[in-house]
Amino acid sequence: MGAHHHEVVSVEEQFEFTAESKRNLLIGMGIGAALVLVGAYLLSQGGGHGHEAHDAAHAAAGHAAEHAHDHGHGYHWTQRIIANLWVNSVYFAGISVVGMFFISYNYLAQAGWSAVFKRVPEAMPAFLPIPAIIIIVIAVLFGDKLFHWMHEGIMDPTSEHYDAIIAGKKGFLNKPFYYIRLVLYFGLWYGLWRVIRTLSLQEDEIGGTGNYYKSIKFGTAFLVVFAVTSSTSAWDLVMSIDTHWFSTMFGWYTLASWHVAGLATMTLTIVTLKEKGYLKAVNASHLHDLGKFCFAFSIFWTYVWFAQFLLIYYANLPEETIYFRERFSGYGGIYKGPFFVNIILNFVLPFLVLMTRDSKRTSIILKVACWSILVGHYFDFYTNIMPGTVGANGGFGAVEFGFVLLFACGFIWSVSTQLTKANLIPRNHPMLEESLHHDIA
Amino acid sequence: MTDINKKFLVGVYDDDDVVLSAVGKLKNSGVKIYEVYSPFAIHGMDTAIGHPRTRIGIAAFCFGCTGFLCALLLTTWTMGIDWPMVIGGKDPISLPNYVPVMFELTVLFTAFGMTISFFITNGLGPTVKPLLFDPRCTDNKFVMAIDLSKNKLSEAEIASIVKASGAEEVSIKQL
Repeated sequence: MGAHHHEVVSVEEQFEFTAESKRNLLIGMGIGAALVLVGAYLLSQGGGHGHEAHDAAHAAAGHAAEHAHDHGHGYHWTQRIIANLWVNSVYFAGISVVGMFFISYNYLAQAGWSAVFKRVPEAMPAFLPIPAIIIIVIAVLFGDKLFHWMHEGIMDPTSEHYDAIIAGKKGFLNKPFYYIRLVLYFGLWYGLWRVIRTLSLQEDEIGGTGNYYKSIKFGTAFLVVFAVTSSTSAWDLVMSIDTHWFSTMFGWYTLASWHVAGLATMTLTIVTLKEKGYLKAVNASHLHDLGKFCFAFSIFWTYVWFAQFLLIYYANLPEETIYFRERFSGYGGIYKGPFFVNIILNFVLPFLVLMTRDSKRTSIILKVACWSILVGHYFDFYTNIMPGTVGANGGFGAVEFGFVLLFACGFIWSVSTQLTKANLIPRNHPMLEESLHHDIA
Repeated sequence: MTDINKKFLVGVYDDDDVVLSAVGKLKNSGVKIYEVYSPFAIHGMDTAIGHPRTRIGIAAFCFGCTGFLCALLLTTWTMGIDWPMVIGGKDPISLPNYVPVMFELTVLFTAFGMTISFFITNGLGPTVKPLLFDPRCTDNKFVMAIDLSKNKLSEAEIASIVKASGAEEVSIKQL
């Protein structure tokens, strides 16, 4: 009788990264690598519709094909490989850093409810170095394959490739500053996560509230850093691909995208762990609140997406509408599908599915909504990055599937490894008792 | 309000844990509880009393849909049909233009609808005298009301059960 008679659940749980899981992940990576190789071979044989679509795009959207094609840079099939690496690195780097973001605002708010599953978001940022290295290597070695503003001579008034508008952005978009920024982003994000993680693991052994208060300080420092870097990294990693175009909403938009994808990853991980018999202390109220998070932030993403769209749609300025023209009807319309899939999977489906109270307390429905959000936000970054990098030569084939599979398996491997490194429930977290009794009726 | 001319047994408790466990004890003894009044929300009280779950969510959904449709009608009629207006070179009837209005009216109808529903179902309003069994339930006491007409047990039996469950005072209130 009465919900106040909580069952006392053990907080001692050790996650085991089984040989079977490892084998499955390796098979996944193998399939991913094979798909990438097959896809790359097909691309290198010129198995594309490239030129017809290219012409169609020219006809449809005027100078839609300004990127990557003009200025003496012909398309080479390796660009699609590079663009794919970039899409996945940006996407998975975002998901990883959102783990840190979640922990930090929970510390700052001194939130109690989330303590019991805190190890899950805490495990996510460990993956950061991999996308970070890929991003930095690509930016240094193949930057001109992705970024219009990195093309040779584009900022040189004497060059035939000179572009006055792009040259005007030289103060921010220049290679040395760009590389410094990239290193700073990943360095700060990963470094601050290491501090919080170390404090958290130490707290398990020594207890007390000292580490908790220190974590609040470092978490807050991260939020200050992330407030700036989430926007600037969105400009650097995604928006500057379409160098002529800019949107003041873009920082928020990318943060919203990363955030909801990170929340969906957390929720999916927690539900999966529960189904495997871990995290017994996570009750229906926790799942309900995680569901609310996914629901609320998928709406938030839509709100920002639409705000950006509406401003451009209303103002109807050619230099702004080109962004949507390229995605909606440019390049032979190949991005129209992903464009709408993006909205359906990221807004319509989670909105309808997660609306009722009971659905947020039901594992299978949470899983459906989380998968929808995760797939949807892949397409979000796909539609943001691909048109400006590979244009009419884009598509969805073996290379795309292969890279997603590789990154996803790598990410799961990284999270699983981190989960084994400590008790699955932070046993000495000062808010744990509150979290164990979390009850929102 | 609808409970005029009813006889209630009122138990006053001093502690939220005591009143919560009392609810369980009373239900085990077969006493039907009308309501428990508390200065703050007590976790688990709703389920302990066994109140049916609120249907405010369903109401909210209906209000939201109403607001959405009203906005669609309003914008389409005024901007597109009655006096077609071309703004920014767009068609008079173009949905993206209408989304902010549809969003706002959905929120507005839902917010007002839910608040009004809440007032009505709880018998609250500017001229309504609230049902108050003991004014101390707004300060530091926890008050349990039992509708005697809905209980088979006698007044004396219920009073002794309530006392045994930890009530400080037991009284009868005629409404």
